[in-house]
Amino acid sequence: MKRKVLSLMLAAAMTATLFAGCGSKDAGNNGTAGTEAAGTEVAGGEEKGSVYYLNFKPEQDEAWQNLAKAYTEETGVEVTVVTAASGSYETTLMGEMGKSGAPTLFQVNGPVGLANWKDYCYDLSGSDIYSQLTSESFALKEGNTVYGIAYVIESYGLITNKTLLEKAGYSVDDIKSFADLKKVAEDITARSAELGFSAFSSAGMDSSSDWRFKTHLANLPIYFEYQADGIGTTDAIKGTYLDNYRQIWDLYINNSTCAGADLAAKTGDDSRNEFLAGKAVFFQNGSWEYGNLVGDGKFTDDDLTMIPIYVGAGDEANQGLCTGTENFWCVNKEADEADIKATLDFINWCVTSDKGTNAMANDMGFVIPFKAAVESPNLFVKVDNALTAEGKTPVSWNFPTMPSEEWKNGVGTALTAYAANPTDDNWAVVVSAFVDGWAAEAALAK
Amino acid sequence: MEKALKKYGFVFTIPTFAAFFIGFIMPFIQGLYLSFCQFTTVDNAKWNGLDNYIRVFQDESFLSAFGFTVSFAVVSVVSINMLAFGLALLLTREIKGTNFFRTVFFMPNLIGGIVLGYIWQILINCVLSLVEQPLLKLNSTAGYWGLIILMCWQQVGYMMIIYIAGLQNIPEDVLEAARVDGANSIQTLIKVKLPMVMSSITVCVFLTLTNSFKLFDQNLALTAGEPAHSTEMLALNIYQTFYARAGAQWKGLGQAKAVIFCIVVIAISMLQLNATRKKEVQS
Repeated sequence: MKRKVLSLMLAAAMTATLFAGCGSKDAGNNGTAGTEAAGTEVAGGEEKGSVYYLNFKPEQDEAWQNLAKAYTEETGVEVTVVTAASGSYETTLMGEMGKSGAPTLFQVNGPVGLANWKDYCYDLSGSDIYSQLTSESFALKEGNTVYGIAYVIESYGLITNKTLLEKAGYSVDDIKSFADLKKVAEDITARSAELGFSAFSSAGMDSSSDWRFKTHLANLPIYFEYQADGIGTTDAIKGTYLDNYRQIWDLYINNSTCAGADLAAKTGDDSRNEFLAGKAVFFQNGSWEYGNLVGDGKFTDDDLTMIPIYVGAGDEANQGLCTGTENFWCVNKEADEADIKATLDFINWCVTSDKGTNAMANDMGFVIPFKAAVESPNLFVKVDNALTAEGKTPVSWNFPTMPSEEWKNGVGTALTAYAANPTDDNWAVVVSAFVDGWAAEAALAK
Repeated sequence: MEKALKKYGFVFTIPTFAAFFIGFIMPFIQGLYLSFCQFTTVDNAKWNGLDNYIRVFQDESFLSAFGFTVSFAVVSVVSINMLAFGLALLLTREIKGTNFFRTVFFMPNLIGGIVLGYIWQILINCVLSLVEQPLLKLNSTAGYWGLIILMCWQQVGYMMIIYIAGLQNIPEDVLEAARVDGANSIQTLIKVKLPMVMSSITVCVFLTLTNSFKLFDQNLALTAGEPAHSTEMLALNIYQTFYARAGAQWKGLGQAKAVIFCIVVIAISMLQLNATRKKEVQS
């Protein structure tokens, strides 16, 4: 009998350890559940809530952690910032949203990304942060519901090495249109053996770099079509400006550091390193590259500038950089009332307080579309401001209206094939991926 | 004592069974349920009936991924097992340095699939660039053979070890009897050795077949399905449906694909186990 009891107890003990194991694992994963409780305790009766921010940008992780700490010190509200690994934001978000203690603050990349998370977005139309926006166009709206608020504005264009350009006998003032750009680029290519550098850094089509062309460069023909038709989004793109897209793509692949066939395997790092090593004058990328290009052993602010990507369409004399956003903050509707309140207070503090705005401008290098913004030290942002002040019109970001990732991939594959063998037939494939692909994907997204 | 064990034995299976239930059966049932739903996060699902399953069979990318997977599996199972068995025969002949060679051939198996995929991507792209062929991103034939070469390179060593164990288990007296009866080396191989290692063959074919069907890492790293999904295998197709698409309607579709995938893999491996087991003999 004793033995039976003993064996039963042993079995029970084993089971208990097992469940204890599960239990502690849970507690580990849901760190926020614990901090939530802690946050409430500190408040001593008064519900303070807590914030859990799932951050998208790994480059800014440290700055966010510091800002969160500063906020907690100032207000006693617990702020947890977790950064998803590069390229895995959607997966992480999907996992985290399914748990108790889900993120209270997350981000979507525009209308297409919103499709996944619309049911989880708190309506921000009455919030303080919404009233702080410098322009309503920075809100992600449908009707009167505000699903998301842009928190960073970025610009892209052709990053130009002014020193090399001068060596070739030109200055940025010589480039005011696509025709100028073509003339300069082709002249550099003709003399590249003598000069020791090429016009464009490699337009790599590896996945670490292809978004610069299948998404960012593709924005230009879309932008000009939307402008011409007076629309902001469409289910059926016409491809009116695809010849311009071909012109600029031809220019990139024919005046590059490598042969068109090799572009299929060139990475983002390859392209940047060529530019850093002074092997190319132009490098299509955005203001987020600033930290990678300027610093010890790299360039100084005096070496670089950014010029608009001219494609030979629209009013080129007044074309600015491509400026916009694909980073929208959303607040989780499913979170506790107190947590929602805490989150709204936190984001409002980030964009209005001295500490918050300074951190966002100086530590993160962001330009934020809010009234209290502090000027960023980022050179490319300054260029954008200067161009806008001169009266140039920034090209807006329309790629958040691209129907799906699948569409981008289709265009990317076709562009790669065209780069390897630039024939009319291969361009027809690009056009088909662009126009027919758009219609097909737009229908699937419905 | 025995009586007590019979009576309370089940108690000792509880921990393992509970772990199995929590870690395997529950997620499986939940997955099955979700394949009939439209959902974004797993605890917020709406019943959707057979809709997802109907859409699976309308999805051309899934069917082409299925075709690609089958053609990959056939070639890789045959080539991996032939090469592994050949190496095993060579390395049971007591040549000098046998142990060294066994270790060397086994080593690729210790490297993770993602790393291997990227290394081979660089290698294959360099070769393609030298012979002036389109690179992997534009070349589905190279992608296909690249995957086969990669998988052979990685798995041959592992299967070889299993075959060596099988070959070493053949009793010496059987081989001696064959020799006395005047069998030459080819006859010995086909009539004696092969039937005697049939159990190893069962295991190896099972492992290579399921591995080929479930292949994901190497596929993702080497070709990522490029160009235009033509080298996309089933597991990668499911992953892409689930994660690369925005909108609730895709999650359930991915889940339904995963359920079908699971059933197909189980069915094929069961058939194979049955077929090869029948050929096994006792010495």
